[in-house]
Amino acid sequence: MNDAAPTGARRFRLPTFGGLGASVGIVFIILVAFWVMMMILLPTSYMVEYSFRFDLPPGKVGGPEDVHTLDNYRFLLFGPEGSPERLWLFGHEFKANTLHLNVFFKTIIAAILVTMIDLAICYPITFFMAQRATGGMARLMVLCLILPFWVNEILRAFAFRILLGTGGVLNTFLMDLGVIAEPFDFIRQDIALYVGLSYAYILLMIFPLYNALESLDRNQIEAARDLGAPVWRIHWRIVIPHAKAGIASGCTMVFMLAVGALAMPQILGGPSNLWFTQVIYDRFNTSLNWPVGAAYAFVLLVTCIIFVLVVMRLFRVNLGEIAK
Amino acid sequence: MSADVHLDRISIRFGNFTAVKNADLRIESGEFFSFLGPSGCGKTTILRAVAGFQNPTEGRVLIGGRDMAGVGPNKRPTALIFQNLALFPLMKVWENIAFGLEVRGIGKTARRKRADELLELIALTGQGDKLVSELSGGQKQRVAIARALAVKPEVLLLDEPLSALDLKLRQHMRTELRAIQRQVGVTFIYITHDQGEALTMSDRVAVMSQGVVQQIGAGSEIYREPATAFVASFVGENNALRGRIQNMADGFAQVETEFGPMRGRAAPGLSTGDEAILFIRPEAIEPGEAAENSFSSRIIASEFEGHATHLFLGREGGAKPIVITRPGGGDGSLPSEGQFALRFAPEQAAVLPVGEMAGE
Amino acid sequence: MSADSVRKAMMGFYVLLFFAWLFGPLLIMSASSFNAASFPTVTPWEGFTLKWFTSLFGNRDIRDGVLTSLTIGAGVVVVAVPIGLAAAVLMTKLRSRTRSIYYAVVVSPVLMPGVIIGVSTKVFWDRLGVALDAPYSSFFYDGLFLTVMGQASFISAYCMLIFLARLQRFDRAQEEAALDLGASHMQVFFKVLIPFLRPAILSAAVLAFLTSFENYNTTVFTILPEKTLTTVLASKVRLGTDPSISALAFLIIAVTIFGAILYEIRARSEARRLGAR
Repeated sequence: MNDAAPTGARRFRLPTFGGLGASVGIVFIILVAFWVMMMILLPTSYMVEYSFRFDLPPGKVGGPEDVHTLDNYRFLLFGPEGSPERLWLFGHEFKANTLHLNVFFKTIIAAILVTMIDLAICYPITFFMAQRATGGMARLMVLCLILPFWVNEILRAFAFRILLGTGGVLNTFLMDLGVIAEPFDFIRQDIALYVGLSYAYILLMIFPLYNALESLDRNQIEAARDLGAPVWRIHWRIVIPHAKAGIASGCTMVFMLAVGALAMPQILGGPSNLWFTQVIYDRFNTSLNWPVGAAYAFVLLVTCIIFVLVVMRLFRVNLGEIAK
Repeated sequence: MSADVHLDRISIRFGNFTAVKNADLRIESGEFFSFLGPSGCGKTTILRAVAGFQNPTEGRVLIGGRDMAGVGPNKRPTALIFQNLALFPLMKVWENIAFGLEVRGIGKTARRKRADELLELIALTGQGDKLVSELSGGQKQRVAIARALAVKPEVLLLDEPLSALDLKLRQHMRTELRAIQRQVGVTFIYITHDQGEALTMSDRVAVMSQGVVQQIGAGSEIYREPATAFVASFVGENNALRGRIQNMADGFAQVETEFGPMRGRAAPGLSTGDEAILFIRPEAIEPGEAAENSFSSRIIASEFEGHATHLFLGREGGAKPIVITRPGGGDGSLPSEGQFALRFAPEQAAVLPVGEMAGE
Repeated sequence: MSADSVRKAMMGFYVLLFFAWLFGPLLIMSASSFNAASFPTVTPWEGFTLKWFTSLFGNRDIRDGVLTSLTIGAGVVVVAVPIGLAAAVLMTKLRSRTRSIYYAVVVSPVLMPGVIIGVSTKVFWDRLGVALDAPYSSFFYDGLFLTVMGQASFISAYCMLIFLARLQRFDRAQEEAALDLGASHMQVFFKVLIPFLRPAILSAAVLAFLTSFENYNTTVFTILPEKTLTTVLASKVRLGTDPSISALAFLIIAVTIFGAILYEIRARSEARRLGAR
């Protein structure tokens, strides 16, 4: 036993990978390094870098023409060379890529709208679940909430097509009732899309809200009511401040998913009304201009980051609380 | 088999914070040795250095004469009983006990046999197939001991293992621990902030404060002859009278206290004119007049405790009252109101240099 | 008193309405799979039929798609669960400052839109393939490989969050106890940590598989010429009007409800078993 000490003395040092042991530690570090480098950092950086390049045929890649450029971003703002499109702003006429810019801003505004709708719909339900329902009831409600979301997103979109299509159930029903004489085109009017998106991300609003509201002591509400506070004031002064982090988290998740949605707009969007992700999709799969697509994707990413930062600022919460 | 442990001038620092300052002591083979001190005094850090979870910043830990530098906790002949026991919740009781054998590649039948032997030692025969969660607090405690003993350690380290138990069980486990130690003959190093535990079980106690070992000795020695103001104030109840030393003779010092000059045994290194504290135990003070070491006071409160009564005597300027302990249910001879005389023998009092006091 | 009961009734009505909205579309879709009309609807009802189920099972695209999706799902489980586990364990070993940077990096795929993950994965491996002059038959241009990479990038983060939640309840003294009893670091890992994490490993695997199976946004970019169930469905739903899709939806809904009931029964008996003690 005594002779083992000297050799061990030099080899063994605490902490070995924080007490993980050399072999396990090395395997873990390799796994995480692969993930972080090959699946997160490098792909994103490559995408960003690529968005500053020209779309060249393979033969010219690495040649003298393969230089960095802002052309792809210029394309988003001003459209192709010689495009006749113009935008009127502050009484001046600008050359602009009105189609894509319209789609971009419409997407953001619509995503914010969907987020607000979801917050409005979910708040009462979640409050009921967290504060009013008994244990068994709340469990059942949670289960019922989760069930629809095991159904594929595309099938959920399909369900709304059946419900809201021109020959769909709702139109037939309304016509039978005599409310409308002609079928109303929910899809062309984008109503189907907003309804579908609101439906699709309900769960991501409910869960953070529920976690936040569940921890609110029921006695606080009783106490406020006892002091004669009206219902709206109880919510405004006690419940909502308590659920702040949950609201921030829910809104961020819903906005991100709505702005980045692809299947729902493809299925439920009107034929002339595009979602920004569809424009990106087209650059990669139809019109095949990858650098422009990468530039658009980067713009979308920056938008998302700005939104998260604004929410963090507005609600004074940190990243950990949002990603929970 | 059992081994001695030598802490060779070890210091342990975390950044700017010094957890252990130059601890230098030798724990004999087969000894029951305790580190006693308030929380944060560095005693757990010392234990972790012996176990191998902490490298000393300076100095060496030697177990059985062998330098442990660079030897991992899994290669040391020590076994640690954790404060929260750290039993493996997903394993059965016997699997917990035999874990150390399992990782040494010992076959299942041999493991089971050894586990059953140990279950007998800790009076849990036949309970090996239970889950840990099915045991009571005291039983879990004993399983943790058996698990540590299963690997035949030369030194058993115990980190406040009784702190989670209730008072009755704690007292019972003291006796039991001591008995187990005698039976297996292994060196025990015991960490506690409870002086009752340290004094009743240990052969020797090291009192620690702020990373410094204040005194090492048998329990009775520490109680009777505290080496520092901290030890005097931390171990047992003690009355402190502060003052300047007027003169010294034959190992005794005369201190000018608020009650006048008082004499007591002087600690080495003191000299006339030094600021010092005279410590006197509550049970050493008795009513009556005397030529020296006599003072008068009056009772302001009393606490009956069954076998004895504590009396609190008033002091000038709202200082902490003097405590005296009288056997039985109070003393009819003492007046409940008004001043009366008290005295103590100089041999019973200790004069120590001014220093850190416990509980301040 | 009556104001209170009015409020209660309103709340109850709202809850009912909410769940009707939640389940209505799915019920109508399920019903349409039994309607003989050649267009997926329930109005008008043209008679009960099972022919859409036969046509569903005869559909080659869907069968191939399911097979591809299963393969990718298995691949994602194999990649994402170990990565998530490693990332979570490493997280517990880091100091506060490095830890917050590390956390921000590894959680970012959760917050990143799937479309962007798809785009970046596609661009990255393509450019890497070009740079390394890899032949077109190599994995750089393989839809299944790219999809596993793309999906695993964020599914690993989901798995990591599951493991982190479980690890928060882990008593580090157990690791030390095992080490102290003579276990090597490897033994501590396999005999103490892994058994403790086993339930989390199972749920991470299930979640990883289901998320992969469902995924569209990332997959549609990385899958190249291949087809998964979701991409097949998407193109069918976009173009057309085939009630056999309803039949598939009905099957999925039925399986889901069955699974949920099974889960609920198990959870209840578990609760009873624990409560009885």
